[in-house]
Amino acid sequence: MIAEIGHFALVLALVVAVIQTVVPLVGAATGRQSLMAVASAGALIQFPLILLAFLALMQAYVTSDFSLVNVVQNSHSLKPLLYKISGVWGNHEGSLVLWVLILALFGSLVALFGGNLPPTLKARALAIQALITVGFLLFMLFTSNPFERAFPPPADGNDLNPLLQDPGLAFHPPMLYVGYVGLSMVFSFAVAALIEGRVDAAWARWVRPWTLTAWIFLTAGIALGSWWAYYELGWGGWWYWDPVENASFMPWLVATALLHSAIVVEKRDALKSWTILLAILAFSMSLMGTFLVRSGVLTSVHAFASDPARGVFILMLLVVAIGGSLALFAWRAPQLRGGGLFAPISREGGLILNNLFLSAAAGTVFLGTLYPLFVEVLGGSKVSVGAPYFNGTFIPLMVPLVAALGIGPLLAWKRGDLRGVLSRLKLAFAVTLAVALLTGVLTWGKSVFGVLGIALAAWLASAMVIELAERIGIRRSKPSSWARRALGLPRAAYGMFFAHLGLAVTIVGITGSTLWQSELIRTMKPGETATIGGFELTLEGVESLRGPNYQAERGRFLVRRDGREIAVLHPEKRRYVVGGQETTEAAIRSRLAGDLFAVIGDADGAGGYTVRLYFKPFLPWIWFGVGFMVLGGLLSLSDRRLRIGAPQKRPRGQGSALLQAAGAE
Amino acid sequence: MRRLLFIVPVLIFAGVAASFMLGLMREQTASYVPSALIDQPAPEFDLPPVREGADGLATADLTADGVSLVNVFASWCIPCKVEHPLLMKLARDKVVPLHGINWKDRRSDAIAWLDQLGDPFRRIGYDGSGRAGIDWGVYGVPETYVIDREGRIRYKHIGPMSQRVLDDTILPLVRELGK
Repeated sequence: MIAEIGHFALVLALVVAVIQTVVPLVGAATGRQSLMAVASAGALIQFPLILLAFLALMQAYVTSDFSLVNVVQNSHSLKPLLYKISGVWGNHEGSLVLWVLILALFGSLVALFGGNLPPTLKARALAIQALITVGFLLFMLFTSNPFERAFPPPADGNDLNPLLQDPGLAFHPPMLYVGYVGLSMVFSFAVAALIEGRVDAAWARWVRPWTLTAWIFLTAGIALGSWWAYYELGWGGWWYWDPVENASFMPWLVATALLHSAIVVEKRDALKSWTILLAILAFSMSLMGTFLVRSGVLTSVHAFASDPARGVFILMLLVVAIGGSLALFAWRAPQLRGGGLFAPISREGGLILNNLFLSAAAGTVFLGTLYPLFVEVLGGSKVSVGAPYFNGTFIPLMVPLVAALGIGPLLAWKRGDLRGVLSRLKLAFAVTLAVALLTGVLTWGKSVFGVLGIALAAWLASAMVIELAERIGIRRSKPSSWARRALGLPRAAYGMFFAHLGLAVTIVGITGSTLWQSELIRTMKPGETATIGGFELTLEGVESLRGPNYQAERGRFLVRRDGREIAVLHPEKRRYVVGGQETTEAAIRSRLAGDLFAVIGDADGAGGYTVRLYFKPFLPWIWFGVGFMVLGGLLSLSDRRLRIGAPQKRPRGQGSALLQAAGAE
Repeated sequence: MRRLLFIVPVLIFAGVAASFMLGLMREQTASYVPSALIDQPAPEFDLPPVREGADGLATADLTADGVSLVNVFASWCIPCKVEHPLLMKLARDKVVPLHGINWKDRRSDAIAWLDQLGDPFRRIGYDGSGRAGIDWGVYGVPETYVIDREGRIRYKHIGPMSQRVLDDTILPLVRELGK
């Protein structure tokens, strides 16, 4: 009964979404306030309806209602409660409910907090948002109904893939979706602006918090997935350049570019077309990711469903949404006229460079991900594109970007003084050189790229510190004023500081753990000792044990350093009862200096076990760096200036006055 | 000119969407990896026999009697056991010469397996290390290759054969090549 209510709620939501698409667009075109108001009303009705459907599905999972096909396919009565709940979105149909839930959430948030949006923009943006929702609801109701009944209901379910029964992975999808799907709101705003034929500082102001929110969650979601892969899959890595990983990374790269591009629109009324294009592309990448995961077009360890029939439906969605918006862009964007002029060497110039590099990076990832498909469709041969291509194209693009990142924030708007900035950064040069020399000496004989990576990170970090120090007035005023200035700085300044600092920290983590890694693969018998990374690991024994829904072989490693016992590691190899699947649970000892990573494999039949041991210097810095980035984003988001939204209504033709009013509070 | 630039994104998307469409219309799944050796000559090899005193398998043997089949098998492979009765029937009916490559196995285990289930192979080559398998592009067992009169690989079947695959694909191809 509850499942039927959920199903019906989805159908109702579809009807509301259709009305919310058509009526406000008509209203905005004809200037009828009452019709435009339908947009907000629709959004506010849609969200509770879809929430009802989501909760109905969750209820079915929590009570193990095996009369629903979806629950049968993805759940089991023995599963722990947390995974019964996360099983709701750990499958194709359920995750689609989460998709539209977040679409509706963002719509209703704009409806609630969009008080000072121009009515036509608000109406159009919510209408486009509803259009996207219509597409996904139709997809669900016609091809992927989560509420389909199974008759006769089986006694128990097929269990959730044991790889997904993990706290990290329980939260990875919701977080990622808020990011992915959150970009839909920005997309809707962009398309609305194209329909209006106007992009101005107010629009950029309005779009920034939504982009930032989506970006924060996307960053956290990707990192969570990466971290999960690292500790759960046990192959020692955290990024595979898998098509679906790339499908989440591309929107991130484009969203980062968008975030920065919107600043120029807001402050200088320039880069409009580019910003609109980025807004459309960011969500387009999200949609494409949805297609890749669910259509079976690309092989991936991640693929949710491989059903060509569903693939065709999503492809239609893509053609309408992406094709439609890009066609609209081709038609209307040339009419957008920019305002501010600026010299090539200026903060605007720096941000254009930022745009270029990030877009190029997204482009190369795009090409690498889809290349196998293009080649096969055109010629028929099968190729695979892996880490060598991606590392070979992505990293060379990032190096100059990070180098420029040190300089950009110090350049002035409109016309920057490059020489002046470089002399202000003298200390940063000195620090970078010192760190490079130190690193070179300490890692003599190892890859020179290690020195380059650490030097880049040092450059970025010291440049950021200098920038903040200048703002606080460390060089030009008395110490007594520093604290006052520091507290008075807008939060967005700290946001930028932490976000860019986070990038530097992450670079250290990536460089150290990739280039200076020690790896040891061998068989060990109980009692034997292996040495890695300065640690001695003794395999004390391997025992069998039972978990709630699995059986496992668990090894016990005693870790010593310089003879002193410091830790015990328990890597496991599990076999899940219902599906028969095997997983490895790596044992990881995480410290600031690096991770000790132990995996136990199969017995060799002669009393020994295959083990894989790694020492990865600085690896946790990757997660800390991302943490800083998220912190930076949150600080920026909480900045009052951004939340005030569009400035008070002013008569047209007062471009810069508008900006000044927006800047002052 | 500037206007033209704005059309580029939608054009690129049209191309991408077209390849997605074509990708969806593919017959096989994305994870199917076809053999790169189709229509290429079979690799040069000379494998020793599995049994003492029996005949081994070399490249020349493949074309000695015209079209032939090469089946890659191992005693530890369950699907090989499943398709085995079909191989026995093929040998009984004398439709086409059937040779075997014993891949990554122990001689004693293979002999015991063949003694227990029956030996349908005219000749068997022993590839304990798997090196010959690498040249053939073997990445699992069982696999069956159709070799034409000139010693070229014309078809590779991955996994156990079924009566349907034999009737619909392999035997018609053998007949076609034998003309």
